[in-house]
Amino acid sequence: MMDDKPDPLDTLKAALHSLPAPDGDAKAAAIRLAMENYDRLQGSTEPLRPNPDRPVKAGFRMEVFAMFKALKTKPLLAASTSVAALCVGLFIVMPLADKGPLTGANLPDVVAKAPHQTAVRPVTDAAPKVAAIDEPVAAGQITPTLPPVAEGDPLATVQDPITVPAPPSQVEMMPQPDLAPYGATAAAEADDAALGAAGQAGPNVASRMVERKRTDAPAKPEGSADMAVADTEVMAYLEQAPLPAPADMAPPPVDNTEAFANAPANPVKITAVDPVSTFSIDVDTASYAMVRSSLNAGFLPDPASVRVEEMVNYFPYSYAAPDGPQAFQPSITVMPTPWNPNTRLVHIGIQGAMPAIANRPPLNLVFLIDTSGSMDEPNKLPLLKQSLALMLAQLQPTDQVAIVAYAGAAGQVLAPTTATNKAAIMAALDNLAAGGSTAGAEGLQLAYQVAAQMAQDGEVSRVILATDGDFNVGIDDPEALKTYIADQRKSGVYLSVLGFGRGNLDDATMQALAQNGNGQAAYIDTLSEARKVLVDQVSGTLYPIADNVKIQIEWNPAQVAEYRLIGYETRALAREDFNNDKVDAGDIGAGTAVTAIYEITAPDSPALLNDPLRYDTKDKPLVTGDELGFLRLRSVAPGASTSTLQETAIRATTAAASDDARFAVAIAGFGQLLSGANYLGDWGWDQAIEQALAARGTDDFGYRIEAVTLMRLAKELAVQ
Amino acid sequence: MLMETPDETLALAAAGGDRAAFSVLVQRHYDRIYRLAYRLTGAQAEAQDLAQDICAALPAKLRNWRGEARFTTWLYRVVCNAVHDMRRRQATRTRASAGWGDWELARQDENAAQAEAADWLTTAMTRLSPELRDTVALVLGEDMTQAEAGIILGLSEGTIAWRMSEVKKRLRAMAAEEAA
Repeated sequence: MMDDKPDPLDTLKAALHSLPAPDGDAKAAAIRLAMENYDRLQGSTEPLRPNPDRPVKAGFRMEVFAMFKALKTKPLLAASTSVAALCVGLFIVMPLADKGPLTGANLPDVVAKAPHQTAVRPVTDAAPKVAAIDEPVAAGQITPTLPPVAEGDPLATVQDPITVPAPPSQVEMMPQPDLAPYGATAAAEADDAALGAAGQAGPNVASRMVERKRTDAPAKPEGSADMAVADTEVMAYLEQAPLPAPADMAPPPVDNTEAFANAPANPVKITAVDPVSTFSIDVDTASYAMVRSSLNAGFLPDPASVRVEEMVNYFPYSYAAPDGPQAFQPSITVMPTPWNPNTRLVHIGIQGAMPAIANRPPLNLVFLIDTSGSMDEPNKLPLLKQSLALMLAQLQPTDQVAIVAYAGAAGQVLAPTTATNKAAIMAALDNLAAGGSTAGAEGLQLAYQVAAQMAQDGEVSRVILATDGDFNVGIDDPEALKTYIADQRKSGVYLSVLGFGRGNLDDATMQALAQNGNGQAAYIDTLSEARKVLVDQVSGTLYPIADNVKIQIEWNPAQVAEYRLIGYETRALAREDFNNDKVDAGDIGAGTAVTAIYEITAPDSPALLNDPLRYDTKDKPLVTGDELGFLRLRSVAPGASTSTLQETAIRATTAAASDDARFAVAIAGFGQLLSGANYLGDWGWDQAIEQALAARGTDDFGYRIEAVTLMRLAKELAVQ
Repeated sequence: MLMETPDETLALAAAGGDRAAFSVLVQRHYDRIYRLAYRLTGAQAEAQDLAQDICAALPAKLRNWRGEARFTTWLYRVVCNAVHDMRRRQATRTRASAGWGDWELARQDENAAQAEAADWLTTAMTRLSPELRDTVALVLGEDMTQAEAGIILGLSEGTIAWRMSEVKKRLRAMAAEEAA
């Protein structure tokens, strides 16, 4: 999709080729120096020492030890002061690096592989092991026979090699100054065990680690000999080199290529003005998994990545299932608001029917797999292969699988194959390798083609797109892609989006694709998340029982003066769209549950945020008993074209709220704490933890206790 | 006659003690070293220093020359490693970015159109992370294929391809910002 504008790469190339020629004198001097060294080396028989234990360094160490023999307080104080000064500088600078979950898209290249690398330098480390190249080429450490090289004036060095006493290699002996980005990697490695999720650790985790190390440093000044030596080396370095200004050490703000879909938190609405609230259900869970990956990596998630409804809907709830022919059954609970004694919460749980799995229609699955270069990370393509392997075991013999891979070009990797032929499917998965750029649009077109070939009457076809969201080739226009997917939706092919990895994640595009393609978006950060999304919920994820599910609630102004929908910001619909079947909405899968929570304020409650209007002349509203409001649900049966309506009155209940409802509320509170919504008053992390723990229920899979762990983590991180 | 001898032969001879071969080799490749160092650092003074350091180290490094790769590939890798070491010594990307800033200052007395182009280059390079800058310097600056650049940086061709598309994406974003 080339436009008329010149290719930016050509412009950059032309600019790079217009650099000035080398200076003749400098060239002559360099060549002369090379020849001198050549002659000197020919004369010496000592072979090059490939290890870092160079005489220069050893000599320096000896001096250090000599100095320590004549231990004086003055140099020691100077040393620790220097370290302290350095730390203060770092401390001031590091917060800058803490903005946003991840920085440059390429950084995960460096950091995410940390657990598997033992050396500090990613580039040299990754290079093929050619002995000549593995050793660093830093000036001054190349060979003991070389004259030390001055940092400032190369010519001076040639003429007077004696005047410059300090080889630059001392800088490398300092533990502290090589901070970003390689030092940060080293720190992340060192603390790897503490991290747990270092596989997805973003660079700012690494920088936090560095920060912590720095703050630790002054706490143990002369504790161990090593530390003392390090201090002294730092001091020695600082005496020779001017202390770099803190600003020098700040990594520049590298563009963050993650994009999140979100909208400002829903405001409180006045029932008299705006009595009807309409939205589409949302069965995505991606936001919770992203929040988890951020917290596990040691930083608070970007508030824009927090979508409260997706966090609430992440958890399985055992709401009452429909006993009639309906596809789903709403259950409504009215309960006190934990964070506001003067309001109430209306908790609406919608449970989808669970038809017998054995009778489900055959599935045609097209795996559309992103194999671009950015997927070449342990938590992306390899995790994806494992995840899909887990899912294969759940498929039935009537199901069919095809695989389309896309990178530089899209191609069918596996022709439609019955699910029983696991060997062929696994072999095709194993052969996938990352490389190339991402031609996402082409891949989607091919996947839809394949799905159309496979489709037969009575079968469910679904494209499962697995990507890190990096659609960087061929679609400069996401709107066009959305339109394309919306068109394909009419052919009855569903689209699910599985997100992998961080740093590059185009959450906004993922959301847009899934919402327009009648599908779910999930974010997979671990194998157990893969199991939850693909195995535990395989029927629900893959097999829809109702399409275009819309919720509309009309509040009764006699009972509810103000209301606020918690979450669903990206799912809001216009009031008139409720009855318009042409307007798309979310789908609900077999056995899945969807939860929505409103906070409502009664008339005359001290918690009302809006004053009554002075000139309001309207009559008192119609009183219809104790009805708080009226719930309307509209949905389209799969394959049908017109929607059906289900209606239920919302009445205040006196029964105690179930564990499920209270847990959902705790998670809604957690989500609001993370997204910075300001309706919670003094209710904080401790209260959220307490409520989640109390409402844990059976929690067979440990999802709820994991949420409590995340709340605790977030609490600690929020304090920092 | 020496002038037509392939690099690899010269390098082997130089490693074996042939002074003349070494001399030809250095003369032949100084510009290449300097050019790449310049594109990687964005500062003339730094490029000069680096080129000199690399020349000074070349006799010792050549002793390990095994002829396993093309000489220029090997040399590019030496330059890249030297630049990475230098960046680490400077401990900052900021300084590396500032390099492009110095360069822009030095060129300010050039005519306006050129200055504008230079400014654009400086901004563009500064906006890229060091990894992307390396890739750009090799692929665009040295006209390498993505496979060659991958060999030198020790990365897969796919990763280079992805980085280049990333560069393009960012340049587009910059262009969009300028237009806005």
